[in-house]
Amino acid sequence: MTSELDDISIEDELQAQVGAVAASGGEIEIIGGGSKRFYGESIEALPIDVSAHSGIIDYDPAELVITLRAGCKLAQVEALLAEQRQMFGFEPPCFGEDATIGGMVATGLAGPRRAYAGSIRDFVLGIKLLDGRGQVLQFGGRVIKNVAGFDVSRLMVGALGTLGIILEVSIRVVPLFENEITLVYEHANADEHIHWVNQLGSEPYPISASLWHDGRSQLRLSGSEQGVRQASALLGGDRIESDWSELKEQRLDFFDRAEPLSRISLPATTPDLLSGKSQLIEWGGAQRWVCGEVDIAALRDKVAGAGGSLCAFQRHASDVPRFHPLAAAMLRLQRNIKSSFDPAGIFNPGKLYPGL
Amino acid sequence: MSQTRRQQLAARFRAFLPSESVIDQPTSLAAYECDGLSAYREQPLLVLLPEDTAQVQQIMRLCQEQRLPVVSRGAGTSLSGGALPHAEGVVLSLAKMKRILQIDELARSAVVEPGVRNLAISEAVQAMGLYYAPDPSSQIACSIGGNVAENAGGVHCLKYGLTLHNILALKVVGADGEIFEIDQRSLHTDGYDLMPLLVGSEGMLGIVVEVTVKLLPIPRCARVVMGVFDSVEKAGDSVAAIIAEGIIPAGVEMMDNPAIRAAEDFVHAGYPVEAEAILICELDGTEEEVSAQIELVERVLLAGGAVETRLAKDEAERLLFWSGRKAAFPAVGRISPDYYCIDGTIPRKSLAAVLAGVRQLSEEYGLPVANVFHAGDGNLHPLILYDANNEGELEKTEELGSKILQLCIHHGGTITGEHGVGVEKLGEMCIQFSDAERNQFHALRECFDPLKILNPGKAIPTLARCAEHNAMHVHGGELPFPELERF
Repeated sequence: MTSELDDISIEDELQAQVGAVAASGGEIEIIGGGSKRFYGESIEALPIDVSAHSGIIDYDPAELVITLRAGCKLAQVEALLAEQRQMFGFEPPCFGEDATIGGMVATGLAGPRRAYAGSIRDFVLGIKLLDGRGQVLQFGGRVIKNVAGFDVSRLMVGALGTLGIILEVSIRVVPLFENEITLVYEHANADEHIHWVNQLGSEPYPISASLWHDGRSQLRLSGSEQGVRQASALLGGDRIESDWSELKEQRLDFFDRAEPLSRISLPATTPDLLSGKSQLIEWGGAQRWVCGEVDIAALRDKVAGAGGSLCAFQRHASDVPRFHPLAAAMLRLQRNIKSSFDPAGIFNPGKLYPGL
Repeated sequence: MSQTRRQQLAARFRAFLPSESVIDQPTSLAAYECDGLSAYREQPLLVLLPEDTAQVQQIMRLCQEQRLPVVSRGAGTSLSGGALPHAEGVVLSLAKMKRILQIDELARSAVVEPGVRNLAISEAVQAMGLYYAPDPSSQIACSIGGNVAENAGGVHCLKYGLTLHNILALKVVGADGEIFEIDQRSLHTDGYDLMPLLVGSEGMLGIVVEVTVKLLPIPRCARVVMGVFDSVEKAGDSVAAIIAEGIIPAGVEMMDNPAIRAAEDFVHAGYPVEAEAILICELDGTEEEVSAQIELVERVLLAGGAVETRLAKDEAERLLFWSGRKAAFPAVGRISPDYYCIDGTIPRKSLAAVLAGVRQLSEEYGLPVANVFHAGDGNLHPLILYDANNEGELEKTEELGSKILQLCIHHGGTITGEHGVGVEKLGEMCIQFSDAERNQFHALRECFDPLKILNPGKAIPTLARCAEHNAMHVHGGELPFPELERF
């Protein structure tokens, strides 16, 4: 299995390429497997393929840490972890078989377990980075506890490659669960589900995912044999077979439409802001998907008022900003951070926001 | 700094702060001379004790105008000198900002001011069946603002994470006095995720004035098993074997013989004083789950060569088993005039090699070392026993501590797992990071604080300091451990 992951470093070539582009005043679009290229603003810059930079640097299952080159294919890495009865706790989506570890980290997209186990950022321990000056920098490490220097490695999660090329990353892994079941309940409207699922959070049930759509709530329990059995007896509901990767990979019928898809992030207990619209709610209420035309600007105001934000995730008109606008002072701070890594602005320019 | 300057500035601050919130008398200032790393002391120009966010903003504006260094301080329990005053600056104590502003039971979160004690949060929500998970050993005293500044850990990190993993939002007063917020209650961040930069930034990026913490349901059941070993190696390997079974213990702690003896003498926890090492392993969850897992852990410990296992028979005995570990530092304090706590992290598989190295260094320096170890997450705390009254012994101790940290780096670890760099580990920062990496840290700092008034001289050493440090420690043109990959 391990042999399937190519062991190839193209660090020197990438460094030379970045050096050349920096010298000529050019711009680079960093491409891994291309599976999540839709995420963020579309940009025009010289594509540089980093997917050949592949291989396991270190993996000792007992340490609960894996260190990988960023071009490793996510699906292959997950298969390798499963052989050792381990996995990524944040349940990352692939969105295509070519998805890479670098893309996973750069987009920061996580799956159904996110609300219960943590984000990719929570599990990243260290990173090796090629910055805009062509320097190779390393931050963090391969150990779970580390407070030496600012935590730059986690800053890379969700930065969409705008701060540099991720060369290697160390990620904490978790054991696979012994047992996993899905329970289903009727909840006529979103507010019923939101209240119910948050109330469950005050008890130590081994909940690992939740979903509401079309009057039905689903709850996934994962844990030890005994823990899941006991919780299931207390929680009632009907037990069903459910393939949660359909939700993670957005293959459910809900997502399979030609209309624009919006992602609304809210503090989990926020009441329904979209009654009447077809929506799918996961992450205990914190992530709400809407498929169909919406007045983005008006909805952004409403969502922001509740402490959340809206991402025009897919299939929106090209003039709609993908990410929720930042306040002026915050945008200024973030531009300064971008410049500190990439003074000439060569990496994925404008992928997040103008100037980022 | 003259007394006149001190009085002039005190008057400026008293224009918007209550008089008693500005400390300018040398006798009163003395209480703020040091934090938990008491070997370093400095008298600040003034100590300021704001009562609310608006006062913090006014303080920062005046400090910015006057280019005054600002050292923020919580409960002052830092073990790395993070709150050591600056002789020409002010100490900004958040001790008066200690209100719990909001508890949201349904959302399982609480909004608190930075001066709230770590344990006070759990106490306030206990009746709801909730608690705040990170539990640094100073949790009775340490404040949540300090926990954020240091990304504090504790004995339950392996399962429940560090401070970073248990914070939902921060309200921060920047160096310019303006407020910025990092709000991740929606589990999403727009743009760059500044939370990991702020958490653990040792007071160099802003003054945290509000913290929204995540609360967890109290586990229904927690049980502890102790494994007794005749070698530290077997104990270390047993931790790996437990994890290989797919079990993540709520806590797993190891103590070596000198630490066991000191703790047993102090609290009489019933520890086996002849053992080379003990493991204390706690499991939590539902009753049935814990019963099944604890049986499995006992089998793993015995298979790993434990000479004996002891299961705490009830809650009282569980707390007794923990009492020795929790009292390990003061226990060592009883048997030695002074002790110096080191805070390195290593990959767990290197434990035996690192402990052998520590033993060798201990003999070389003629200073005894007792070891306590957060075995689950690789965080090692060697305690060096010394006597500060002996001429030169503190310096010798610090040198030994530095050697131990270099050993941790050499084995792929890090110079600080949870205590922070502060003033204590500036030299080792020069070894762990390259010039380019440290430059990046400085550049990030300047994004938040262009005038560099926030906790100057801490956490990130200047290039000049490192040039000096490395010149002192380079032998034959080579850095220590040149083969080392610093990842």
